[in-house]
Amino acid sequence: MSKEIIKIEDLKREFTMGNETVHALKGISFSIKEGEFVTIMGSSGSGKSTLLNILGCLDQPTSGTYEIDGLKVKDLDKNALATIRNEKIGFIFQSYNLLVRTSALENVELPLLYNSKVSTEDRRERAIKALEKVGLADRMQHTPSQLSGGQQQRVAIARSLVNNPVMILADEATGNLDTRTSYEIMSLFQELNKQGITITFVTHEPDIASFSNRTIILKDGNIIKDNLNAKIQSAATELASLPIEDH
Amino acid sequence: MRLLNLFKIAFKAIILNKMRTLLTMLGIIIGVASVIAMLAIGEGSKDSIRSTISSMGSNMITIRPGADMRGGVRQERSAMESLTLSDYKAIKQQADLLTYITPVVNGGGQVINGSNNWPSTIYGVNPDYLNIKMIDLQSGSMFTDAEVQSASKVVLIGQTVVDNIFPNGEDPVGKMIRFNSIPFKVIGVLEEKGENTFGQDQDDVVIAPFTTVQKRILAIDHLNQVIASAISEEDAPDAVTQVTEILRSQHKLTDNQDDDFNVRSMEELISTFSATSEMLTILLVAVAGISLLIGGIGIMNIMYVSVKERTKEIGLRMAVGGKGSDILMQFLIEAILISITGGLLGVILGLGSTVFIEKFLHWPTNVALYSIIISFAVCAVTGIFFGWYPARKAASLDPITALRYE
Repeated sequence: MSKEIIKIEDLKREFTMGNETVHALKGISFSIKEGEFVTIMGSSGSGKSTLLNILGCLDQPTSGTYEIDGLKVKDLDKNALATIRNEKIGFIFQSYNLLVRTSALENVELPLLYNSKVSTEDRRERAIKALEKVGLADRMQHTPSQLSGGQQQRVAIARSLVNNPVMILADEATGNLDTRTSYEIMSLFQELNKQGITITFVTHEPDIASFSNRTIILKDGNIIKDNLNAKIQSAATELASLPIEDH
Repeated sequence: MRLLNLFKIAFKAIILNKMRTLLTMLGIIIGVASVIAMLAIGEGSKDSIRSTISSMGSNMITIRPGADMRGGVRQERSAMESLTLSDYKAIKQQADLLTYITPVVNGGGQVINGSNNWPSTIYGVNPDYLNIKMIDLQSGSMFTDAEVQSASKVVLIGQTVVDNIFPNGEDPVGKMIRFNSIPFKVIGVLEEKGENTFGQDQDDVVIAPFTTVQKRILAIDHLNQVIASAISEEDAPDAVTQVTEILRSQHKLTDNQDDDFNVRSMEELISTFSATSEMLTILLVAVAGISLLIGGIGIMNIMYVSVKERTKEIGLRMAVGGKGSDILMQFLIEAILISITGGLLGVILGLGSTVFIEKFLHWPTNVALYSIIISFAVCAVTGIFFGWYPARKAASLDPITALRYE
């Protein structure tokens, strides 16, 4: 049995709004093993954003346990959380969140800037490798405004890979992209997953979920479905079957 | 996180916003430049006053009659006849802190040479006068003590007098001239000294033995003043006290009587004038300091806007592992970089404008090193002080909210 990257038990998250207490997560449990490609689905208000924030160590649960790579996250202070984010998690956002007027290479280097164990030369080398992995070896000096949406998201993926995280956490990573480009991105994710990278993908698009090997569906703060996909579709194949667009 | 990385990040942010950064710096630049220029002007004028007074003899002591009352009425100084030759002799004999001393009697009149004449002032003195006033001779020689004894009719004249009564450029030494109606033999010409700070022409003088002036021109036996020089500048205040005591006993003044004379050293004059210019300097610097403060507020304003504008960036930095302290340092370093660069440019501008003022306006200036150090230090402090609040705000952002900020 492969190693458990994420272990969640009876996780609750409550928010106090005035006199009212909102139960965003009502005691969920699941774990993610190394090498899995998990999609977390749910409509808005289902608690998936809250779960994402907790998974990403941006937020703390009210009760329950959350372990990432064997580390208990509860009761860690802000700085310790920042270190976990820096060393164990690779974030990908819907709107890419690249630094403007900053080259792709420097954008990818960013997480390593906050890791004092990585030297300048090492940083550059790893950033170049990450960009090569996402197929942007020839775009390293381009700034975000000189790149297409798909390319920008590739830069963001390279950025999430550069610190060798135990898990990539993607938040609606294809939400801003057209079908073709999002299939391209999904195909890249599948490829990375094949290389052994654990991916957790938050989305509300069912066709995106079909590319993953496991889907967790949230509703009103509870997990209503958690199943392995019997038939994993290949994004590359889907991409090939799309009608060729005229440019 | 290594500090060097933070510097790189901050530097990059500044480079990316060149225009805005420059405008932000402008306040600091102007503030620092004006502090430096103002202090340079203040110091310069102080130096010039000091050097003018020093050129008149910095250890000079002036004794004048004065502050006498006749029947309750304070008298004008020129009406005083309380300073006499015996006072002079007493001081000369008893005061051991003085090197040179001379009585002075003076009066106005017309200097005449043939058809040329010129209104001037004649000073009756003894040979010590030149040493006290630090005047050199262009040509000829000073009269001797013997000539003072015998009340000889000899004079030395200043360049202005020479120019006006010897317009053809002939050598005045040995020539006979008249002061009012009395004939004198010119025995020397004084070196040119030009105008002093107070606009007085120091070359418009005629110098003769005081006995001659007393008897033949003014027909008086009191003295207008006595001037002396102390052994050194430091001894001047003690010499003043000494002279005061001698004169009090000489004039038989009791303890509850005011002095009927006054004794002043140049040092007092210097400090009087320096105080005026110092006051002005403080005022100028205060104004400049205010502009530095406004510059600082400008930095705070821009940093505040910058934090707001880059909320999403801050969220991202936090998400990829930036700690609150990293974010704080990043913005603080940015503010300090702006203020220090501004300070540096300000120093350059300040020095530049000082040179300009000196060259084109001919105002005396003197750039004090301390003004550069102080204004530079103030800049750094300004950066920290006004950068702190916005940086603190950036660091305390919640990464979740910051990431979602549009």
